[in-house]
Amino acid sequence: MLTAQKQDLILSKELSAKIDLVLASHEYDRTQIVGILVDVQNLIEEHYIPETTAYYVAEKLDLKITTIYDCISFYSSLSEKPRAKYPIQICNSIVCSINDNDSVFSTFKELLGIELNEVTYDGRFTLESVPCFGACDVAPAVRINGQVYGHLDSRAKIENLLNKLL
Amino acid sequence: MSKSVNFITRNFNKYDVSSIGSYMNIGGFDALKKAVTMPGEDIAALIGNAKVKGRGGAAYDMGRKWAQAKAVVAEKKVVVCNADEGEPCTFKDRTLIEKDPFNLIEGMIIAGYTVDAQDGYIYLREEYSHLRPLLLNAIRQAKTYGFLGTNILGKGFNYNIHLYSGAGAYVCGEGTALLRSIEGKAGRPRMKPPFIKQSGLFARPTCVNNVESLSIVPHLLLDQKGEYISYGGGESIGTKLVSVGGNVKTPGVFEIPFGTTVREIIYDLAGGIKDDRAIRLIQFGGASGKVASPRILDTPYTYDDLKKAGVTVGSGAILVVDERTSVLDFLQTTQAFFSHESCGQCTPCREGNRHIKLLLEKIASGTYTSEDIAGIKKIAKIMAMSSLCGLGESAENATLSAMNQFPDAFEVK
Repeated sequence: MLTAQKQDLILSKELSAKIDLVLASHEYDRTQIVGILVDVQNLIEEHYIPETTAYYVAEKLDLKITTIYDCISFYSSLSEKPRAKYPIQICNSIVCSINDNDSVFSTFKELLGIELNEVTYDGRFTLESVPCFGACDVAPAVRINGQVYGHLDSRAKIENLLNKLL
Repeated sequence: MSKSVNFITRNFNKYDVSSIGSYMNIGGFDALKKAVTMPGEDIAALIGNAKVKGRGGAAYDMGRKWAQAKAVVAEKKVVVCNADEGEPCTFKDRTLIEKDPFNLIEGMIIAGYTVDAQDGYIYLREEYSHLRPLLLNAIRQAKTYGFLGTNILGKGFNYNIHLYSGAGAYVCGEGTALLRSIEGKAGRPRMKPPFIKQSGLFARPTCVNNVESLSIVPHLLLDQKGEYISYGGGESIGTKLVSVGGNVKTPGVFEIPFGTTVREIIYDLAGGIKDDRAIRLIQFGGASGKVASPRILDTPYTYDDLKKAGVTVGSGAILVVDERTSVLDFLQTTQAFFSHESCGQCTPCREGNRHIKLLLEKIASGTYTSEDIAGIKKIAKIMAMSSLCGLGESAENATLSAMNQFPDAFEVK
């Protein structure tokens, strides 16, 4: 598996302005830290929380950096490692599992040429195995950047979905 | 042919969910207007008389919960809505928010009025982040119309609702973990006491309710003709949202009168099993629920009847698994869920989940002995007795009930 050895993201003026907006939408309320981190992560192209960003949020909210990293490591939606532009979260729970999510896993792996938690060479896709996100009525389902795509019961549907994102 | 009913779901598809005006045109906020003319005790009694039980899974007497919350003397109290619907196969709360967000807001305001709270908090799981704009919009419009803020409806009642996000932790559906998450911390459960009703969010007396529980309240207040109590009977009065999923033809959320049989729910409402296969097992109430064999099909869906049949209502989920999946495959998938979601704080849950996972793998590989079977039972019992929170206590409900219901799957050859 390839691991990207790259410098942590530099906090641009543009990004810090966007983070300020996120903080403002949460009224600079430090008890909202979990929701703030979710929103901040969505601002980053690779959907993670770079160290510089974590420190910036800590400073702005007058929070201990350990509190922020306690949250990042505790909550599985938050990541301190770069993911991808489109993290494809495949449901691994029972309803999707009995609706043949094995095929969903294997088809995505085959089409993208990566295994779970690997990133495609262009940084576009990664595959993640996640617990139930409540889309059991459309199982088997995946979730990509907050949007649910269900009824993925054929190779053609999965190809279509990837083509839409390309 | 059994039919679903529309009591809790009566507003579904009847109004524009982004418009408070549209909601008010169909009678929205009439229940709140009525509520503020009643003493809080009477509202709690009304809910108690309808025998509404908490719809998150614990099935605690809701009228009693509200009466207790009202009776607590404190300067500041809070109401929390648990929208961290994480039990696999449960998606009724998602549907309620999607199709009737204003009714939930109205229910929360009535809850605040009833128990004399100043603040209400909705804890929405990150997986439902697409519903966040809908709820924020509903809260903002309710504020503009004076249903939130200061001196609501001229009754000197001050109340605001705050929306909080989770971030993918099943354990945050547990009360104390949820409150810690709203406090801006990692959502690790804590020991009780102190009980949430005395010292919960920000150490204030806290009344936590599920989305469905709160959504019932406005309808119940306006139910002059007693439609709700005309459904069901005994301890299970009224209607219930069930989310049916798995290998059924038409999975979905259905509102059923208590007393509908499991067969009617699965075969009439959910269309039966895909390709008309036979049922292997049915799990009730989510991953932490117990399983039953198809013999349960003619049992009426009520708290008492399900209990007699060895399962519980739980989250309202009904997972139907057909014959293609073995009992053991089912248990391994469910076990993987709990092994992933255990927060790791207390030893029985952390180690118990790890070891039962290993033992199930051993059974699947066929190299097990009767000692391994006894081991599972022993560890599961210890977890249920000594885990810190409900997650560890209920994690092996599926395994233990399956061992009881399907002894053949565990027979030592």
